[in-house]
Amino acid sequence: MATTNAGAPSAPAPAGDPAAQGEATAGPATPPKPVINDFSIQVATVNGSGSQSANSVLLRSIFAMGVPVSGKNLFPSNIAGLPTWYTIRASRHGYVARKKDIDVLIAMNAETAREDILSLRPGAVAIYEESANLKQYRDDVVCYPVPFDKLTAAVCPEAKLRKLVKNMIYVGVAAQLLHMDMEAVEGALRKQFAKKQKAADLNWAAVEAGYNYAAQTLTKADPFLVERMHATEGKIIIDGNAACALGAMFAGVTVVTWYPITPSSSVVEQLIDFLKKYRVEPDGKASFAVVQAEDELAAIGMVLGAGWAGARSMTATSGPGISLMAEFAGLGYFAELPGVIFDIQRVGPSTGLPTRTAQADLLSVAFLSHGDTKHPVLLPANVTECFEFACAAFDLAEGLQTPVFVLSDLDLGMNNWMSDPFAYPEKPINRGKVLTAEDLAKLPDWGRYKDVDGDGIPYRTLPGTDHPKAAYFTRGSGHNEKALYSERPEDYQNLMERLARKFDTARTMVPAPLVVQTGKSKVGVIAYGTSDFAVGESRDQLKKEYGLEADYLRIRAYPFAREIREFVASHERVYVVEQNRDAQMLSLLKLDLPAGETTKLRSVRHFNGLPIDARSVTDEIVMQEGL
Amino acid sequence: MAATVTNPGPKVNRIGLPVLEYRGGKTTLCAGCGHNAISERIIDAMFEMGVQPERVMKLSGIGCSSKSPAYFLSRSHSFNSVHGRMPSVATGALLANHTMMGIGISGDGDTASIGMGQFAHLMRRNLPLIYIIEDNGVYGLTKGQFSATADIGSKLKTGVVNDLPAIDTCSLAIQLGATFVGRSFSGDKKQLLTMLKAAIAHKGTVMLDVVSPCVTFNDHEGSTRSYKYMQDHEEPIGEVGFVPAFEEIDVEYDPGTTLDVTMHDGSSLRLKKLHEDYDPTDRAHAVKTLLEAHEKGEVLTGVFYIDTKKAAFTDLLNLVDDPLATLKQERTRPGRQVLEEIMGRLK
Ligand SMILES: Cc1ncc(C[n+]2csc(CCOP(=O)(O)OP(=O)(O)O)c2C)c(N)n1
Ligand code: SF4
Ligand SMILES: [Mg+2]
Repeated sequence: MATTNAGAPSAPAPAGDPAAQGEATAGPATPPKPVINDFSIQVATVNGSGSQSANSVLLRSIFAMGVPVSGKNLFPSNIAGLPTWYTIRASRHGYVARKKDIDVLIAMNAETAREDILSLRPGAVAIYEESANLKQYRDDVVCYPVPFDKLTAAVCPEAKLRKLVKNMIYVGVAAQLLHMDMEAVEGALRKQFAKKQKAADLNWAAVEAGYNYAAQTLTKADPFLVERMHATEGKIIIDGNAACALGAMFAGVTVVTWYPITPSSSVVEQLIDFLKKYRVEPDGKASFAVVQAEDELAAIGMVLGAGWAGARSMTATSGPGISLMAEFAGLGYFAELPGVIFDIQRVGPSTGLPTRTAQADLLSVAFLSHGDTKHPVLLPANVTECFEFACAAFDLAEGLQTPVFVLSDLDLGMNNWMSDPFAYPEKPINRGKVLTAEDLAKLPDWGRYKDVDGDGIPYRTLPGTDHPKAAYFTRGSGHNEKALYSERPEDYQNLMERLARKFDTARTMVPAPLVVQTGKSKVGVIAYGTSDFAVGESRDQLKKEYGLEADYLRIRAYPFAREIREFVASHERVYVVEQNRDAQMLSLLKLDLPAGETTKLRSVRHFNGLPIDARSVTDEIVMQEGL
Repeated sequence: MAATVTNPGPKVNRIGLPVLEYRGGKTTLCAGCGHNAISERIIDAMFEMGVQPERVMKLSGIGCSSKSPAYFLSRSHSFNSVHGRMPSVATGALLANHTMMGIGISGDGDTASIGMGQFAHLMRRNLPLIYIIEDNGVYGLTKGQFSATADIGSKLKTGVVNDLPAIDTCSLAIQLGATFVGRSFSGDKKQLLTMLKAAIAHKGTVMLDVVSPCVTFNDHEGSTRSYKYMQDHEEPIGEVGFVPAFEEIDVEYDPGTTLDVTMHDGSSLRLKKLHEDYDPTDRAHAVKTLLEAHEKGEVLTGVFYIDTKKAAFTDLLNLVDDPLATLKQERTRPGRQVLEEIMGRLK
């Protein structure tokens, strides 16, 4: 039958998806072969209807049963009223990328219900409000109608709470149908409402009502089950923005500036919470300053002013803010000012799709500003790296005396991810090459922009250093090694060459790429950031379904480490997977690789605003490989 | 036997430094540019107040005016940033080290056009910073285009007449929250020096609009920022006197005609009224007076507004006493158990 997909975030099921066809049997007639801990749930709701708690309980219940799980909020740029979807993926293999197919739809939004059910592949499941009678649209989908309103009214006498409580009914229904452990569900729910006993009781009653209804009325006709595993023991669940915030706090950040913008706001909002809790001293005073600036120009100006004066400073923003920061970014590069800028990427150009994800700021960030400007860019691919790279970014910014960008994205930043607990940073904080008054007393002379060590990184002093020779003049105009104004051609050229040398030094200081290779394969894959989730799964698909064992290199920073060149050199074809239209990473690699190597690069791109999925990567590589 | 000649040496200030130690590099601005005179007064004020040069941060935007930090206080760190954005750089720098004194130099273009947004928010925050607009009514560095402080009807050398109203940075600063607002003239040595010394004693945003003629592009007949125009139209609102905290107060004053303001460091700012009923602690009155004077074609100078009570931005942030910039790891990286506690909650 024909499926439509207009407006809904899920793509129609590809006809030739062997996984989908092999594992689920269409129609309720024959008892299906069970599919255990390997499915996706999509909850379709309305923005602002309070379904977040319910979705979180569902996710955390699966997590509590030891099953690897990930959750994604696909939401509109709107406060209330527009359709929103939440997808949960349970995977016994540990796959946490978006799954292209939806296995279980919970259709709570009357407006999109028809489209939602039409977008399902045959054999999928739909749970929906009874009166909507969605069965009329699909006879190849397992249908579970539920009288949500009636069930809600029975457990929630207070009419104005019903909109919220109704969401917990579907948690109960899903829990029963998926054979979930009710103890795990109750544990997750009580944790969610930790400080609100009354709310917890009311919501639990709703979960039970849903559960009991399903147990008494619905006949299980789908294959999907949750079974206890032990794969999540000791793990945490956290979003990437919180992880960045924690990294910054443990890096010893002291000045934080920001201008709110989705999806970066929660970096600073969560950082403020952490700082208030852990960085207020016993006398009640703060070892940090947070400023909500008037715009991103001011935010970056404050960061660079603070970095110049010796603070560990940062700001967080997204594409439009990055554009506004361009002039200052060049000043930071040229005058050699430390500062950390988190770019939680969203879909551009312009306002674009502000609540959807992309990896499309790479080039604009790497070269942000006019003139010969370039910046170190860190590319975390998971929450652990959000924490670690956020922390490392401050050492790098001060070590290199330059703005350092951390490029995360909406998918990583705003969604919940499983992870091992973060390790305490063992390396002491490194403030880089700073001369104190005592150092100056021992030096006959010093020059702010002199390459004393041959690594392109000069020495600086901080304002307030108590020595008559400490001061120097910082400017964005031409200067010589002594920081004096200069327009002399050789001074300018020396300066630019030293900055290039410094950038070369940075190659060895930024996080090195991760390489997985057999040494036998002719095919390599390169990815970065959140594309890693899909690539890992896709490599398994390529191997299992097509016998193609592709080597893999994940880039974790720009400027590129030498290993990247070697990886390309040792393969015949290298697929660069990324979430933008213009193959930005591929272009950046081309600038760095020897001419003969660039022809090996092939592009796999995904840019519809949804997180990249493994099947799309696999299909594209299979096609280009002619398999 | 050699005769011992006692060399009295140069005059030193209360911290033992001669005025030479407050000088900067040789100016590259035009001879006669008002900006140079302002640099001289800054040198004098810092010297007379006995400010340790290493305790000062100089900040500026872009323009001839913004170049001038290179021409005073060579022993102070300086940051010549980008056009119109000095306020944000100053804010960051002073948060990093709130124990330092900040002096920001801007131009009328740098402030009233490209920098208007940051200017407004700086005033609003009452950041402890001496913010000086070296106001010549034109963009000197880009060769003499009108700025937004140029008066309506004033004429460029080329004959072009300005048909837009001037932005009055003083009344704006008062409305927006600056706590020490005044105007002076680069040619009025005594008044400017006194106001600068008082500015050094103030904690909060000091906004001084200093008329500073551009001899190259805006000192002709028809300009309202020329030396001649100022000689004819300057109208002090009061006489400004200042007694620093480290000097004995022995000068008598008449409380009927003079307002004595005790500054944050214990210094005394004495404002002798020339205009009857003028009250420099009344915001609305100050703004009204400025508007009316402007309509009469007078260039009012003096201290228009002062508030020594309002909290400075750095106080609102409740910062630790030591500079954030140099806090040791023990104070900036929470301990191992903190991370463990947070991880525990996320399980
Ligand atoms: C972003 C940007 N736009 C334009 C300029 C060019 N520019 C340099 S100085 C200046 C005006 C300076 O006027 P003002 O602040 O009044 O300083 P003055 O030279 O008069 O002292 C302009 C427009 C610039 N440097 N940066
Ligand atoms: S052009 Fe005008 S403002 Fe610039 S230095 Fe010369 S006189 Fe001064
Ligand atoms: Mg000017």
